[in-house]
Amino acid sequence: MESDKPVKTESKAAGGELEAAGSGVKSNIKEEMALLKKKAAKENIREELENLKDPARTQIYKSIFRVKHEPTPRSRSLGVLTNVFLHLHPAKINRDATRFSYTWGMGGITFYLFIVLTFTGILLMFYYHPSKGQAYRDILYLESDVPFGKLLRNMHRWAAHLMVITTWLHMFRVVLTGSYKTPREFNWCVGVLLLVLTLLLSFTGYLLPDDQLGFWAVTVGTNMARGTPGLGHEGPFGPQLGMTPYNDVRFALLGGSIVDANALLRSYIWHCIAIPTIASVLMAVHFWRVRKDGGISGPAPIALTSEMKGPGARAVKQSVK
Amino acid sequence: MDWGQLWTIASAPDNVPIVALLFLVPFFTWMGFKQARANDRLAEKLEADPAMAKTHHRKTWPWKPHWSKEVHVWPFLLRVEFLATIIVTVLLFVWSITLNAPLEEPSNPNLTMNPSKAPWYFLGLQEMLVYFDPWIAGVVMPTLIIIGLMAFPYLDSNPLGVGYYTWKQRKVAVGAFCWGFVMWISLIVIGTFIRGPGWVWFWPGTTWDHNAAVYEVNRDLPVLLGIKTQPWQAVFGLVVVGAFYVAAGLLIHLLITWSKFEKKIFERTTMLQYLVFQFFAISILLSMPVKLLIRQVFRIKYVLLTPWFNI
Repeated sequence: MESDKPVKTESKAAGGELEAAGSGVKSNIKEEMALLKKKAAKENIREELENLKDPARTQIYKSIFRVKHEPTPRSRSLGVLTNVFLHLHPAKINRDATRFSYTWGMGGITFYLFIVLTFTGILLMFYYHPSKGQAYRDILYLESDVPFGKLLRNMHRWAAHLMVITTWLHMFRVVLTGSYKTPREFNWCVGVLLLVLTLLLSFTGYLLPDDQLGFWAVTVGTNMARGTPGLGHEGPFGPQLGMTPYNDVRFALLGGSIVDANALLRSYIWHCIAIPTIASVLMAVHFWRVRKDGGISGPAPIALTSEMKGPGARAVKQSVK
Repeated sequence: MDWGQLWTIASAPDNVPIVALLFLVPFFTWMGFKQARANDRLAEKLEADPAMAKTHHRKTWPWKPHWSKEVHVWPFLLRVEFLATIIVTVLLFVWSITLNAPLEEPSNPNLTMNPSKAPWYFLGLQEMLVYFDPWIAGVVMPTLIIIGLMAFPYLDSNPLGVGYYTWKQRKVAVGAFCWGFVMWISLIVIGTFIRGPGWVWFWPGTTWDHNAAVYEVNRDLPVLLGIKTQPWQAVFGLVVVGAFYVAAGLLIHLLITWSKFEKKIFERTTMLQYLVFQFFAISILLSMPVKLLIRQVFRIKYVLLTPWFNI
């Protein structure tokens, strides 16, 4: 067997090596000292330091980024494609797609705000108990005693408001540029669901401080559920179908017939776990579909009315490719 | 003119997004329609000059034949994204340092806030409560809006205008969406700036009077016309609502087949697409403002009265 061979020859040579061991070690040390001296020479050290000045040439950098930081097309493409955070992008895009006037940047900003909200939200969770009696005190504590607690809460609130606005503006842009059309219809639907989830995230967060503002806003909001046709005790045909304040859809939302401890806990779970999870999944689908449906829709060369084919034809002839 | 009252409303921290919307929506509308106009002009030019249409790069931005049509994401897109995140972060920090998130007294079921308002993005729905019963304003309408939005791409049979701003090529789709969007924003603005204690209509600049008495009496259309017994109220209501749907349908049909081009698009629309579009356009885009008008102008609350529900 081949693998045994080196072992055998080593054991044979062992006797001879033992004899030479004393003088051998000495000469080895001498050689190594000489080598160390050489390495410690001024020029060598300088060269090594010079190398450190350019982090892109260090082993640590290379081990992390895998691709040379060079302005070559290959490096630039690989820099995007081999990075897990950037690989949602294609390597190259339409030269006009980077224009703010076309995209308004609202989709990306919405996603960034979601990240900001997750970050600040997790920090807030460290200080918050979703229980009556404790919740409101936690907010007071956060505002007065926790370092940067007020900033944290403010930022979570304003980022949430901003996210609603950017979502709307994103949809507005998508409509104005006709970006929901074939083959992107389905992704538009996913986007509408994300809009609903954004609003629900904001709404469920409203109750959590357990103050008058949130309490009455949620009371007004969930009171509408009483009117659900067939499923609410004040809705059309609700009473006829056996709906009471204690078994209708509002009861299911609040975990009770009034906004109380159960409602607080439910909105906490929806707000911090359930909706963010669903939204994350839908976001993954949304972004993935953007790529699979051919990247962002434009800016595309304009089509002319005279180039429109007759009824039944799906696509417009595009003379410029 | 009570400027103090106006300032109290506009400067409430939670109303800042609405004040921002008042500027952001017109700004982005202007930005979109400016480009739409430029593209429409280019289209007109190219329609008139087929030779030019064959060679033109068909964008309003400059382009030269030796320029590449694509650029690398790194660094050309990533630097824009990076810049955007930095700007948003700075904005959030400034906003969060200068303005505190509101915190009222601890929740108290025995002390009703007046006015007690929903979060600003749902104020449109809350304002709709004035014009419709909760089951419509709070349940049916939101559901219809969501389904209508999701159905939108499937109802638009116009193949033009993918990936560029245009108005002339997509008047119906863009017009319908803008109409709905503006309506939604307007309801929010009404809910924020105009509705005061008791959800009473206070024009901007008038003082919110907690003891304001409203003298207008809301009337029901059948009662107004002397129909006071069932089932005639229900029958009458159904006839009126049916007539509204027919009239509104005719109006919408006229609008979406206005020009020659619009007729061409109409030819491409299937019966199903057409009917579903009509349904959503009448039920959401028209019924809301019509109900608002007959309520605010004629003080009419219900049109259709039945023993189980009223519209």
